[in-house]
Amino acid sequence: MPTSTAAIIGSYNAIFPEVILVVGALLLLMIGSFIKQKNAMFMAFATIAIIIFAGVLLHLQGNLTGTLFTGSFIIDPFARLMKIITLASAAIAVFMAYDYMSKANLWKYEFAVLILLATAGMMLMISANDLIALYLGIELQSLALYVIAAFNRNSERSSEAGLKYFVLGALSSGMLLYGMSLIYGFTGSTGFEQIASSIQTSGATLGVIFGLVFMLVGLVFKISAVPFHMWTPDVYEGSPTPVTTFFAAAPKIAAMAMIVRVLYGAFPTITPQWQQIIVFVSIASMLLGAFAAIGQTNIKRLMAYSSIGHMGFALVGLASGSEMGVRAVIIYMVIYAIMTLGTFACILAMRREEGSVENISDLAGLAKNDLTMAFLLAMLMFSLAGIPPLAGFFGKFYVLLAAIDAKLVPLAIIGVLASVVGAFYYLRIVKVMFFDEPAEDFVPMHGSLRLVLIGSGLFVLGYVVYPTPLLTAASVAAQSLFK
Amino acid sequence: MNSWSILSVVTFLPLLGALIIFVIPGNDAVAKNNARMAALFTTIFTFFVSLLIWFHFDNSQAGFQFVEKYNWMGENFSYHMGVDGISMLFVILTTFVMPLAILASWDSVQERVKEYMIAFLVLESLMIGVFCSLDLLMFYVFFEAGLIPMFLIIGVWGGKRRVYASFKFFLYTLAGSVLMLLAIMAMYMDAGTTDITKLLTYKFSIEPIHFWGMTISGGLQTILWWAFFASFAVKMPMWPVHTWLPDAHVEAPTAGSVILAAILLKMGGYGFLRFSIPMFPVASDTFAIVVFVLSCIAIVYTSLVALVQEDIKKLIAYSSIAHMGFVTMGIFTATAQGIQGGIFQMLSHGIVSAALFLCIGVVYDRMHTRQISAYGGLVNRMPLYAVFFMVFTMANVGLPGTSGFVGEFLALIGAYKVNTWVAFTATFGVILSAAYALWLYRRVIFGKLEKASLKNIADLNMRELAILTPLVLLTILFGIWPAPIIDVTTASVEQLLHNYKNAVQAAHDAGLLASR
Repeated sequence: MPTSTAAIIGSYNAIFPEVILVVGALLLLMIGSFIKQKNAMFMAFATIAIIIFAGVLLHLQGNLTGTLFTGSFIIDPFARLMKIITLASAAIAVFMAYDYMSKANLWKYEFAVLILLATAGMMLMISANDLIALYLGIELQSLALYVIAAFNRNSERSSEAGLKYFVLGALSSGMLLYGMSLIYGFTGSTGFEQIASSIQTSGATLGVIFGLVFMLVGLVFKISAVPFHMWTPDVYEGSPTPVTTFFAAAPKIAAMAMIVRVLYGAFPTITPQWQQIIVFVSIASMLLGAFAAIGQTNIKRLMAYSSIGHMGFALVGLASGSEMGVRAVIIYMVIYAIMTLGTFACILAMRREEGSVENISDLAGLAKNDLTMAFLLAMLMFSLAGIPPLAGFFGKFYVLLAAIDAKLVPLAIIGVLASVVGAFYYLRIVKVMFFDEPAEDFVPMHGSLRLVLIGSGLFVLGYVVYPTPLLTAASVAAQSLFK
Repeated sequence: MNSWSILSVVTFLPLLGALIIFVIPGNDAVAKNNARMAALFTTIFTFFVSLLIWFHFDNSQAGFQFVEKYNWMGENFSYHMGVDGISMLFVILTTFVMPLAILASWDSVQERVKEYMIAFLVLESLMIGVFCSLDLLMFYVFFEAGLIPMFLIIGVWGGKRRVYASFKFFLYTLAGSVLMLLAIMAMYMDAGTTDITKLLTYKFSIEPIHFWGMTISGGLQTILWWAFFASFAVKMPMWPVHTWLPDAHVEAPTAGSVILAAILLKMGGYGFLRFSIPMFPVASDTFAIVVFVLSCIAIVYTSLVALVQEDIKKLIAYSSIAHMGFVTMGIFTATAQGIQGGIFQMLSHGIVSAALFLCIGVVYDRMHTRQISAYGGLVNRMPLYAVFFMVFTMANVGLPGTSGFVGEFLALIGAYKVNTWVAFTATFGVILSAAYALWLYRRVIFGKLEKASLKNIADLNMRELAILTPLVLLTILFGIWPAPIIDVTTASVEQLLHNYKNAVQAAHDAGLLASR
């Protein structure tokens, strides 16, 4: 046991990034209520600075691996990589939000505070190594997200989105808790390692499987996979677009990391049992994501269905139940997050003099009005569709490779066929931008959005040239789960 | 030669040209002209550099030459390039047709010229990459990536129904290819590599697989063969998955049709030769009969369909499908003549069909219609055009003395050796092709010039002459002296057949194939 103060602080090194986020959130709350003015720029950049600071601290941990708080908080390369991606997504979402929010008269300093708290919750989710810690992380994140979904309180749609999200989220939390209580009842502990070793001796008893199913219901809700996806289109459409941007990337990564951690940390010995569930959820998500998106006219709704399909694809990697599969999930989520943020940069830029627009038809003839934006958005669409040589293809490539390796050939076949169907609606956006006659021009894109779009576009185009860094990082992270 | 990576240079030169066009400022007439000049210069330069490959190519060697290999994605997937006798000429064909396609769009494309040229140059890079790749994954990346520029070319610069045609083209091809992607993964899992040079000698299992109560005889090879077949049959295209081609051809701008017919279709045949035959010999042997039947249907049926077309481009598109039928038939006879004929037919068709689409482009630019009924008696006003069109029509028919004859003849000999009925049926295609091509020629060129709109139509100008002359020369040259092409391919084809025969014989000896 460490005794000196320095040693105690040293051993808490692992949780410093989370501490920074929470302290930063409280600090901003104070500053915000005192300066009283709507200084969006300052608050936004303070938020980003705090997130970056947390990221730097995370990076400074180096190869630190171990657990804290009697095993309920774990830090390892997997957690670190997923946290860095989550933090980056959150920071970029805030970076893109402030201009839109202040122009739409929506900016309030609470937005920054809630984003920070939600991000802290996500960090806890990723590092949770115990059912209770997991639940605390989820709830911290979710409560903050419910509020920002309804952030535009003067808009009926936004309030509806927040309420819907809250009610369904509460339901899923209930199921999750019920599942957890069953697991606790049948294994006698809440720590993932203890659960795993208990299941190893007792085998897959009915109670454990029952609990596992309920837990998966709650967890799958968070990544909006079928059949617990119903909230996604409404929340995506109803929330203010910067909030949707935030929803589309960071929480998805954290939730996916959490599912990976739960399944491989607590239930590695009953892989066949949860594998079937994941396979089903994955197939259903891919198919629904592909078919339901075809008829959409609102681009935010379309992106909601697209995200459902993409989560289905990421789950293909998870379903394969191997180290290769985990590596594929990580790569997929990173590429997905970057593509999504780039796409939302374009959606945020869909603004005319009279206000923002959200219909796909509003993009008509964009290639004539703003070729750079149209070209990069087209590349992002092709990438989301999984066409080589763009980054999205390699995301799909790795998950499918893992599936073939695990002899899940039917799953892989359904996956590629769903991606062909999905290609149709991504192509439709390209068609509207390039083949149709121009609609009214958008107001020029704000610098922050253009920066994110170009960064994302360059990643998508350039990944094929130099894929090694992401590959190596993901391999190291995946290995740390399989020691 | 390896010291300066000639294949990489040829592959990525057009991409460099695209970058240069990208940074040309402005959007006025001068900028447009600069874009055209830059594209033309790039493609011609690429062509001359690629000729160096031919000059330094060692005809006696069957293996891959000019090989380059670097690490790409981890250790397992590498950047690996090289050409052999089968692929080398396709590289040259690509670089040869490209400047012509750029020239053909000189006046007819006036909108978004920069983007147009960029799309074509990117497409050229990707097409050359397909023929040079020696890594399966890299091949797939190049193979599929070509969809993006072609989709935009049809969709942005195409005709009235361009949206329908571009979607159909994209989705059809993608649906075929994704199965090949899964097969590539399965091959990687089985052989532990995606290196084509290693896979060419790797023996994929032919032990029967039992799966959900079914027995798949021929095992893994059968599955892989069908997955690759799905992709290449769509690309080729073979009956009954050919329906995207007439639409794509009709709606694409002239240069788009040229590239589609001359090069993109060849990727299917090239794929059969590079993957299906050498890597899955036993399955190829087993299912050759399927290919024969589909080829014969394609040859006869699409020729009949071509007869009744009213749109010139559609007619040529259907005739392309029929000619590709000869290619698939020739390849799967697995005889030296058949395969040589298939390759020759592909190269010849690359020249002839490109020329025919360019000829259609010539009159379309003047009259803005492709209806056969809108023409007639052109010989009176356009004698030069009539001569050129005549040569290409004859080559399309397969008249001895033109390049079209050599390929069809060799393919038919190959077929005759293996299956008389197949050869018999396919011969009808030759007769039918004479019927539709000559009838087309009569309706467009001969007769009285009665239509008022045609009274002032002008003959070929210098630019059009410059495009069509090299094509005429090559058509006749390869018709009477096919040796340069045959010499290049012989060694590689012989080795291919040697391995193929051994593998099939071994399977017979092991009792895994029903003796025939």
